[in-house]
Amino acid sequence: MRTIKFLLQKEFLQIFRNKSMLPIIFVMPIIQLVVLSFAATYELKEVDMHVVDFDQSDLSRQLVTKLQASGYFHLKSRSRDIDQGIREIQKNEVQLALVIPPHFKKDLRSGKSSSVQMNIDAVDGATAGLIQGYGRSIIQDFNAEIQPRATDVQRSGIAAPGMEVIPASWYNPNLDYIKYMVPGILVVLVSMIGMFLSGMNIVREREIGTIEQLNVTPIKRYQFITGKLLPFWIIALFELGVGLLIAYYGFNIPFVGSALLLFGIAAIFMLVVQGIGLFISTITDTQQQAMFIAWFLMVVFILMGGLFTPIESMPVWAQELAMFNPVAHFIKIMRMVLLKGAGWAEVQHLTGLLSLMAVIILPAAILRYQKSTG
Amino acid sequence: MNIVEVKNISKSYGKTTALDDLSFEVAGGELFGFIGPDGAGKTSLFRILTTLTKPDCGTANVLGMDVIEDYRSLRPLLGYMPGQFALYQDLSVRENMNFFASVFGTSLEENYDLVAPIYSQLEKFEDRLAGALSGGMKQKLALSCALIHKPELLVLDEPTTGVDAVSRQEFWEMLRRLNDEGITVIASTPYMDEAGQCDRVALIDEGNILQIDTPENIVRSFRKPILAVKATSMYRLIKELRGYPWTHSVQPFGEYVHYTEQREEPNIDELEAYLTDAGLSGISIKPTSPDIEDSFIALMKDNHTHG
Repeated sequence: MRTIKFLLQKEFLQIFRNKSMLPIIFVMPIIQLVVLSFAATYELKEVDMHVVDFDQSDLSRQLVTKLQASGYFHLKSRSRDIDQGIREIQKNEVQLALVIPPHFKKDLRSGKSSSVQMNIDAVDGATAGLIQGYGRSIIQDFNAEIQPRATDVQRSGIAAPGMEVIPASWYNPNLDYIKYMVPGILVVLVSMIGMFLSGMNIVREREIGTIEQLNVTPIKRYQFITGKLLPFWIIALFELGVGLLIAYYGFNIPFVGSALLLFGIAAIFMLVVQGIGLFISTITDTQQQAMFIAWFLMVVFILMGGLFTPIESMPVWAQELAMFNPVAHFIKIMRMVLLKGAGWAEVQHLTGLLSLMAVIILPAAILRYQKSTG
Repeated sequence: MNIVEVKNISKSYGKTTALDDLSFEVAGGELFGFIGPDGAGKTSLFRILTTLTKPDCGTANVLGMDVIEDYRSLRPLLGYMPGQFALYQDLSVRENMNFFASVFGTSLEENYDLVAPIYSQLEKFEDRLAGALSGGMKQKLALSCALIHKPELLVLDEPTTGVDAVSRQEFWEMLRRLNDEGITVIASTPYMDEAGQCDRVALIDEGNILQIDTPENIVRSFRKPILAVKATSMYRLIKELRGYPWTHSVQPFGEYVHYTEQREEPNIDELEAYLTDAGLSGISIKPTSPDIEDSFIALMKDNHTHG
């Protein structure tokens, strides 16, 4: 026990002395939360639009005004040439070229149908989808507004009765993307500390040769490993606390569930990622190699972990692979506990999976560490 | 009593043989030196003695314990200073000392007397980070850290490499003092002029021990007469000497070239005439007495031709 105490003392001394890493450890949660949450948004803001209006009627102008008034579209330029609109898209001047055909007003007023064309820059598929969705719904609104007036001419009567669907969004009523992102980003944050820092720290001892001096001391392997893993385990949980406070006060992320439950699961999750970090350290000789492998794994974990896109919309094989992705499980648990207030009953299955991973990976890494330095 | 007993040890890394069937003994209280060029196998040997790596075959007994079976009880009795500076550069002098003392279950205060002659020179830099120390100071700190738990055997891998000449001399004096206090010391060095500092030396090359003896005996065993030859152009001198029919060895040695001949007695006049004919100027030839470097080079030459 005394030896572990001295090792911990030494580790913390080194961590707090590292002038380039320490600020990052503590500024990282703030920057990541703020930047990623605001940048990685699926809300649409101020799409630049080119309008090709062949009709030049009050009705066509009304449509353009309505698009502008929505706040999502900004009229950047107009012309009477479709090619001009496409060229503007090519030059990245606008993302949408709206074409209103001739006789637009005449057709609508006489009860005939008319169509407008939206040419969208679809290099970024997600944004293109949003532009299409928002644009279409505004145009449909517009259509509904003018329809009664158009049909007035033919027959008196109210809008046709029909079925109406009224959606109610639970747990995130305003469909706030930030509320979806923040819990996931917190998971990425603690994973990075676990996988990168503790693994890297062990490789560093080997790289600069201090391991030689340590190996001739009576320090035992388990003491050495505990001394390496525990500091970052503590730092990661501390960071999670800081991150949750920022999320709660800064982003108004609801915290419905139990903090104790969340931290308990986080403690297990840390063992899994630190086990992976330790394992990486046993198969590498330099920090550069360790960094490269850890980064590769991290990207796979994040992209297949449901941070940006729901796992449910992935192909079946990818969903099955996600079973082995601890990051995916913890992101899910975080969202469930934070946003839905899930309790032990709801998350016990996922927690069980994480625990299973911990009891497989950590001992495997320790065993492998002993062999690699025998 | 023998502190170290090594029998028929071999070690190879892939196809490279680092140690080739080595055997030797070190008696208690000796200051024992391993001398040999880079890549001779010194570090591999020391890592086996300090339980850091296992030999492919053969046995090594240190302080009466087997380095493989009893490594756990052996480690606290050893002080090891690796060739590469292996302390924490981002910890201060004092923090390094405290850390290594505490993992051995002791403290700087407890064993201060032992390290005092060395550590006292570092005390004014106690708060300086180890990484900011000069080469000589780093070595003193490393020695202090290796000593802090009162080891019975001190193993030092090239402690004077990368250290200036004055500090090197100082370092050997410190080792001698520790040795006088009863600590057995095994040190390696690539510098042959340091051989004289040891009680006994082993000349090692390509994983073989060429000779083990006191420095005096090693020099005495060198039988061939040596000529120190000088000329204005060193490069041309070596070239011409190598072309001389009676040449046995030619070795630059400061401003002179040490030259030995295949014949029992070299003919100085004949050699001078040969060199003058070759167009060299400023020629001076005089007999000189061999030192350990001559012996080592001769032994190495034999080793290469026979092995």
